[in-house]
Amino acid sequence: MNSSVITFPGSNCDRDMDVALKKFGFKNKMVWHDDLELPKSDLVVLPGGFSYGDYLRCGSMASKSKIMKSILNFAQGGGKVMGICNGFQILVESGLLPGVLLRNKYLEFICKNVFVKVNNKDNSFFKDVKKDIYEFHIAHNEGNYFCSNNQIKEINDNNQIALFYSDENGNVNKKSNPNGSLQNIAGIYNKQKNVLGMMPHPERMIDPALSGEDGSIFFENLINNLK
Amino acid sequence: MKISVIITLKKDVLDPQGKVIHQTLDGMGFDDINEVRQGKYFEIDTKENDKKKAQEKVDEMCKKLLANLVIENYKIIETQ
Repeated sequence: MNSSVITFPGSNCDRDMDVALKKFGFKNKMVWHDDLELPKSDLVVLPGGFSYGDYLRCGSMASKSKIMKSILNFAQGGGKVMGICNGFQILVESGLLPGVLLRNKYLEFICKNVFVKVNNKDNSFFKDVKKDIYEFHIAHNEGNYFCSNNQIKEINDNNQIALFYSDENGNVNKKSNPNGSLQNIAGIYNKQKNVLGMMPHPERMIDPALSGEDGSIFFENLINNLK
Repeated sequence: MKISVIITLKKDVLDPQGKVIHQTLDGMGFDDINEVRQGKYFEIDTKENDKKKAQEKVDEMCKKLLANLVIENYKIIETQ
């Protein structure tokens, strides 16, 4: 399985993602944002970080970079694209995913472990996954998912919510919502379910000595689904 | 030609920064404020000398980059 991780100026989770993908069997290539063409890929990952210093709006500049044209074509042809944290912000700014990520409700940069509950498993990212509730790490200032009333209706009608913020027992409520996200949304798919954006970082949970193993479960399952 | 654009958050979008500014102003004694909403202001100096064309270009810039129409409105407020 071939994967590509895009590095934008200001990306800082690109190498972590590279390590994670390789650990679970992907042949990964790092791709510079100014390149025009994607290498042959089964998965393209937009990593976390602070592309372009979060100028104007998070992800807005990166969403217009040269490589994004190839990524839009790749996604429109059914290619699997995953955006983590800033990558999620880039995906909504590019129009591949609906909505927007606003400043966290209580204006704090949030850096902590959270629990997320998988909502829709009927896609390549979470199909047959062993667990429903994952402990992942979040680190963001703008993760407060928001969209219009019409958009949220469409998102629910098409079962596009990938992950909810929950507690460790899977209860999705106000208390388990760290940043004010609409309906506790932590991650969403596009309509076709080949594009996933999420705020939590699974690549930070691949080593029991450092953090945890819930990311390992996610990546192992992901590569099996893409085979 | 210089064109100014103002970008504001749509009505139903939460503006926590505006809220904090409101609270601070309130604490400073400006206690008759109903609401504060924070926005953005741009000055674009363009080589285009035709007013209409320049405004059309800036309109396109707003739609494509300067504003996110999910949460923001924009208005070209001055051309000189």
